[in-house]
Amino acid sequence: MILEGKQRIWSEYQKDIPDDHWYYVRSCIRQNFFPASERMFTHIVKDVLGKDLYETPHHTTCGGIAYHCDTIPQETAMTIVARQFALMTEAGYENYCPSCITSFGNYAEILETWREYPELEARIREDLWKACRREFKKPRYLAHSSDLIFHWRGEIARLAKKRLMDVRTGQPLRIVEHIGCHYAKMFPSKGVGGAEYPYVLAGMVESWGGQVIDYPERRHCCGYGFRQYHVKANRGYSLSNTYKKFESMEPYHPDAIVTNCPGCPYFLDRWQYVIASQTGKTYGENGHGIPVLTYEELAGLVLGYDPWDLGLQLHQVAVEPLLDKMGVEYDPKAKYLGLNKEDLMRPELPTQIKCY
Amino acid sequence: MHDNIVIIGGGIAGMEAAKALLALGHTPILIESAPTLGGHVGRWHKLFPDLTSARELVARLRSEIVGANIFLGTQVISMNRLADGYSLKLSNGIVINASALLISTGFKLFEADRKEEYGYGVYDRVITNADLEDWFSGADDARIPQQPQTVGFVHCVGSRDLKACNGQCSKVCCATAIKQAIEIKERFPFARVYCFYMDLRLFGKKYEDFYVNAQRDYAVQFIRGRVSEVSETIDGHLQVKAEDTLSGKPLKMQLDLLVLMAGVVRNTAVQELTSMAGLETDSDGFLRSRDNEYAVVESGQPGIFYAGACTGPKTVPETIAEARSAALSIHAYLKTL
Repeated sequence: MILEGKQRIWSEYQKDIPDDHWYYVRSCIRQNFFPASERMFTHIVKDVLGKDLYETPHHTTCGGIAYHCDTIPQETAMTIVARQFALMTEAGYENYCPSCITSFGNYAEILETWREYPELEARIREDLWKACRREFKKPRYLAHSSDLIFHWRGEIARLAKKRLMDVRTGQPLRIVEHIGCHYAKMFPSKGVGGAEYPYVLAGMVESWGGQVIDYPERRHCCGYGFRQYHVKANRGYSLSNTYKKFESMEPYHPDAIVTNCPGCPYFLDRWQYVIASQTGKTYGENGHGIPVLTYEELAGLVLGYDPWDLGLQLHQVAVEPLLDKMGVEYDPKAKYLGLNKEDLMRPELPTQIKCY
Repeated sequence: MHDNIVIIGGGIAGMEAAKALLALGHTPILIESAPTLGGHVGRWHKLFPDLTSARELVARLRSEIVGANIFLGTQVISMNRLADGYSLKLSNGIVINASALLISTGFKLFEADRKEEYGYGVYDRVITNADLEDWFSGADDARIPQQPQTVGFVHCVGSRDLKACNGQCSKVCCATAIKQAIEIKERFPFARVYCFYMDLRLFGKKYEDFYVNAQRDYAVQFIRGRVSEVSETIDGHLQVKAEDTLSGKPLKMQLDLLVLMAGVVRNTAVQELTSMAGLETDSDGFLRSRDNEYAVVESGQPGIFYAGACTGPKTVPETIAEARSAALSIHAYLKTL
């Protein structure tokens, strides 16, 4: 591996990321899967870094899931997106930040389509007006929320309470970074670092003290792939994709996986349980799986937040081995207590993969 | 100024043209920006299909143009149109008034690192056709293992590739890949060698024999399909994904070495020169001939002629023939003045 070669490519795929005043739109599904991630993002941006981040409860799905499952035409997704942009315009913002990778790809694709076919944009504007009497300006800047954390990774590192280091050995933690397919594979220039060697998560890992693992199936889809999973008959294909990735990363003994997509952490996390149940194989140490975190969760750990306040107890794969390596203090008895200390009840634990 | 002929570009086209002009009684002035003559061919090891020495060809041409005025490491920094020719100022301060110019500035090899998925410049064991020729010629290259067991060649890297903004066929890569595959097999008889291709365009004399020879006598395996991505394994090998479009199956294999057949693209280094001379480029980015059927060596400007790959990818025999043709055209043109 020639690091300078990667650095040269990274230098060619930089994007303008304004330092303040962002209009934020949440994901349809992330709050169900990883309930504290988006809350941690808004907290870091607004309260820790003191930036202006605005969101409105009036925003809806972007239509991306339906579009990629082939259940709605792109024009429908465009009109939904036009309404989202109208909400941003009405709020007085011009920097648009979606939390979801598929949304980010959807917005990027639509903006590019409109640039290529202005007559289509004109028709969508007309449709939006007819439907809800709204008008919009297109965003001046479009960035995924992981772009923003990447942009502020240095400030987060300065405020860090923990580093991505194994406190017992002093060695950097070995981190797999997994980028959602819709981040840059469609438009390499829209992603930090491009499509082949994305830097958006690698930059965070490096800044926070970890070591990025480059393994052969790094570019491969997590396995979600929309119709691979949503069409029930295809789920074996979804699982086999995830299995392929774990088999490929196994020799590198990763300490954790960090992702920037709603679906990727879910499938990389949950399918480890299924693989263990079907084959008896686990990929972490001593019968554990490999912990899979969102970048907001990882930032939260680095900034010293309680792992149970970050919602890490909702992960299928036990995160405790990672917490121990990082030297994060946690109360095992508090794992299944809610924010109000109410007992959420301990879930039934699998037998083939070690959980707590 | 009468009869001054300036040849810009000292590859085999410029050298052959100089040789022909000398034979016709002229004393051409040959300007080459590099410190040596020979261009790309000077860097090559052997030529297809007879595996003759490229350096011997260049040395022979060099010995045959001793009567020409040769400026090495020299560039044209300005050019003005005169009533009956051109005035050129060179980077060494010399000003030349010429009745005729021959542009033989050749081509540039596609920068293989632009195809990021192949990992040139990122992965240790990915090299280009030019790197391999250097190694064949004796240069050290730590990227090439001592005893490779598996070697892959990727055809059409940056050629026939609209995403790379190069739609044209580079014409010489298919035969070059076969030549290099044979040379690898001669050095490493037990290595398994694979060529990943879109089409095999083996149009020249003996090229088809060359292809059959590679399969029959050297067991080179040809896989019809593009490589989609290259990665590095934990032990430093390459994992290559491709599709075998004839069997309709995806492939994943481990290789010890991957050679990218970097294509032929226009020489952007001479953009300023062509702009000064008022020369037009064709839709493929190469210089536009006055006519692509019967006036390939003529430009749209009076007294400016072309030879070789400045107008598009060409084989060595085509380049030599075109250089001779250009020399005759210049000779005839000067008689009209």
